[in-house]
Amino acid sequence: MPPLRVRSLALATAVLLGALGPAAALAATPKDMVVMAAQLDEFITLDPAEIYELVPTEYAANVYDRLVTIDPADPSQIVGSIAESWTVSADGKTFTFKIRQGLEFHSGNLLSAEDVAWSLQRVIKLNKGPAFILAEFGLTPENVEQRVKAVDANTVTLETAKVYSPSFVLNCLASWVSSVVDKKLLLANEKDGDLGNGWLKTHEAGSGPFKLVAWKAGESVIVERNDAYWGKQPAIKRVVLRHVPEAASQRLLIEKGDVDIARNLGPDDLKALAGNADIRIRSVPQSAIYYMGLNTRNPNLGKPEVQEAMKWLVDYRGIADNILKGTYEVHQAFLPKGFLGAIDEQPYRLDVDKARALLEKAGLKDGFSVTIDVRNAYPSPEIAQALQANMAKAGIKLEIIPGDNKQTLTKYRSRTHDIYLGQWAPDYMDPHSNAQGFAWNPDNSDSSKFKLLAWRNSWDIPKLTQESEAALAEQDTAKRTALYQSMQREFQKNSPFVIMFQRVQPLAERKGVAGFVFGPINDMVYYSGITKQ
Amino acid sequence: MAYSLSAAPEQPGSRFLRRALLPALRLLVTLAVTFLGLLAVTFFIGRVVPVDPVLAAVGDRASHEVYEQTRSALGLDQPLWQQFLIYVGKAVRGDFGTSVLTANPVWEDIVRVFPATLELATVATLIGVLLGVPLGVLAAVHQGRWPDHLARLIGLVGYSVPVFWLGLMGLLVFYAKLGWVAGPGRIDVMYDGLLAPVTGVILLDTALAGEWAMFHDALRHLILPAAILGYYSMAYLSRMTRSFMLEQLRQEYIVTARIKGLPERRVILRHALGNAAVPLITVIALSYGNLLEGSVLTETVFAWPGLGLYLTGALLSADMNAVLGATLVVGTVFIALNLLSDLLYRLLDPRARP
Repeated sequence: MPPLRVRSLALATAVLLGALGPAAALAATPKDMVVMAAQLDEFITLDPAEIYELVPTEYAANVYDRLVTIDPADPSQIVGSIAESWTVSADGKTFTFKIRQGLEFHSGNLLSAEDVAWSLQRVIKLNKGPAFILAEFGLTPENVEQRVKAVDANTVTLETAKVYSPSFVLNCLASWVSSVVDKKLLLANEKDGDLGNGWLKTHEAGSGPFKLVAWKAGESVIVERNDAYWGKQPAIKRVVLRHVPEAASQRLLIEKGDVDIARNLGPDDLKALAGNADIRIRSVPQSAIYYMGLNTRNPNLGKPEVQEAMKWLVDYRGIADNILKGTYEVHQAFLPKGFLGAIDEQPYRLDVDKARALLEKAGLKDGFSVTIDVRNAYPSPEIAQALQANMAKAGIKLEIIPGDNKQTLTKYRSRTHDIYLGQWAPDYMDPHSNAQGFAWNPDNSDSSKFKLLAWRNSWDIPKLTQESEAALAEQDTAKRTALYQSMQREFQKNSPFVIMFQRVQPLAERKGVAGFVFGPINDMVYYSGITKQ
Repeated sequence: MAYSLSAAPEQPGSRFLRRALLPALRLLVTLAVTFLGLLAVTFFIGRVVPVDPVLAAVGDRASHEVYEQTRSALGLDQPLWQQFLIYVGKAVRGDFGTSVLTANPVWEDIVRVFPATLELATVATLIGVLLGVPLGVLAAVHQGRWPDHLARLIGLVGYSVPVFWLGLMGLLVFYAKLGWVAGPGRIDVMYDGLLAPVTGVILLDTALAGEWAMFHDALRHLILPAAILGYYSMAYLSRMTRSFMLEQLRQEYIVTARIKGLPERRVILRHALGNAAVPLITVIALSYGNLLEGSVLTETVFAWPGLGLYLTGALLSADMNAVLGATLVVGTVFIALNLLSDLLYRLLDPRARP
């Protein structure tokens, strides 16, 4: 007889499993609550004057109000929010806003013109990451109190340094950075003259349709309906965003009904969910542009023929169909679809012979070797491999350098890359955001104060820079549209940028969930309309 | 005084000094040097990582002024050694700085995330020990027969299958298909935020508050990731137990015990396992220590907000205060476990006593 029975092991296993108890009933989320699985690792602050990442701007859009907002149904329309109406002076430099009366913050404090002016001044005085959006109007910590004023309890005026297109000014005022904050509450929580920034990083001082319940960094964000909201009351009582970093985990959660909406599914997950009758999948166009930046400091990449050859060496359709599968679509202009002035022309396709001819013209008949810096997350490595295979056909040896997002970005910003593969998303719903990024470089020196995309690729473009500025000042919207269109066509022909795709966000929602408004930028993602049966 | 102190053969004071005070002092010095070394290495590695920490704080598009302002606010414009001294000076006073990523004091963050890892690691280690040690003993006793093959198979899978794959498969089978356990996360959303954390260990907190429905829910969330990590710990511990036991079973004292006619169960459990336990304790402590560092992949798959996720996120954003704080915690855990296993060693092995 064996001295020790195998039974003891089985017993130990049984004891452990027994502790689990009977499986509880299937856990569905409560009726008055919507739970979303999302990636929340970019949440680092809740202060709208400091927020600059994507999902956090969405938090600001639901907890705070602004003077004006963009109509999600028609992004070219600006509608009043806190401002009932507005006028622009004859010289185009002074904007006057009439404030809606009787509005209240979540704290119960009354919202007045003074709060509005102070909120905008605060952004400029704090001078955090997103301050550049308002600083664009020529506002500085020194002049902002003269330029942004509460004239009386219901009137706010904003004076710009130069003449700007009114649509540009209003689009910037409709962005999260212009959120109106509760002056009284913030001053009560001020520390060492920080205008309440330290406190607001983890609290809220808004008047929007939702109130913050809790933010646990790296875990969840919970908001609750503001029952005293002046505008349309949200239908749902609570919205919970849960941080689920892994796409496959998100899929399992929505399949089981533990979340109502899953936001970061990959192509494989989407395919698996396609046949599920309990889940509805829809694709929403997003504004992020996927592109290659060619550093013109590299002598080969600086040649216009090589730049053009690169554009003929991308298998746009193949990558979209086989790698991106519904998460991006082919797009070859720097303004995303849905933006004022966007064009949808696609002059480039994979054509190795054309590329070879161009390389020969550039004196690089036998090709050359070059590196590409790639973020180490789907879909970048996959796209880089596809690029590598096609470039090899023309003799270009592409060496892939994978890295973390912030690491590749650090290198990009120091202009030490050859090719950068990545995304760019506009900060606000105005064409200037991307025109400034791709086609504006007032100072190409290393000490430039503006390190945007053209600068990062050492692309010195006095003409395009001037055109960008002219479009920014254009008062007539139709003329402004035409200016951006011609700039994009010029840019397509001649630039060290290979623009390839535009993001499409697949959203999976459980049956019975409706009304979730998902605009082209996160700043236009609204929870108010969500209903659940 | 009736007697002279110098005449005493052994002064009570000097014995205290030699037996307790000196070792304690030596320990303190060792600890201080270890921590300082740990901090220095982490600090300087953190500074050569090719990530710009200002970028994590202000974003990609901040203006030049904002960038420079933040750089000096983070103290990055000072020489490296000066930055280090300032950090150590503050740390000694208990100030570990503020995390860029969470906007909270690092210490608060760690108090929040560490219990999640502690809970997971402890239950996983319990599973690993309770199953792995008996399995190892069985494998040694039945060497070459099926319990041994089983242990080898479990070990093989444990060595060769990546943890994230096993985690996803576990979720697919036990959560999605069978519904035996709850999904990713520590607790269901409806319970989220209902109970103020006391210890931060949800099982303890819910039990203390008598919230048994929540306790059960937390357990259902915990059991799968803990079982997966426990599996790896079991695979390792069973192999180690087996080899320690085989070594003991070959010893002469075992033959003697058998000749004396002791029951076989007593020979194996008391004599052989009793002796094998001494090195096994160290192995268990080390494996527990590894789990306490936070298992990044498991925490990612199970959306488990523990130290591993926190530390990785901080590292990738060059959030140095958070990285240093978390490293200190990991270091402390290792030192504490080493001390503990030394202590147990002495209890179990009379030869190791002074």
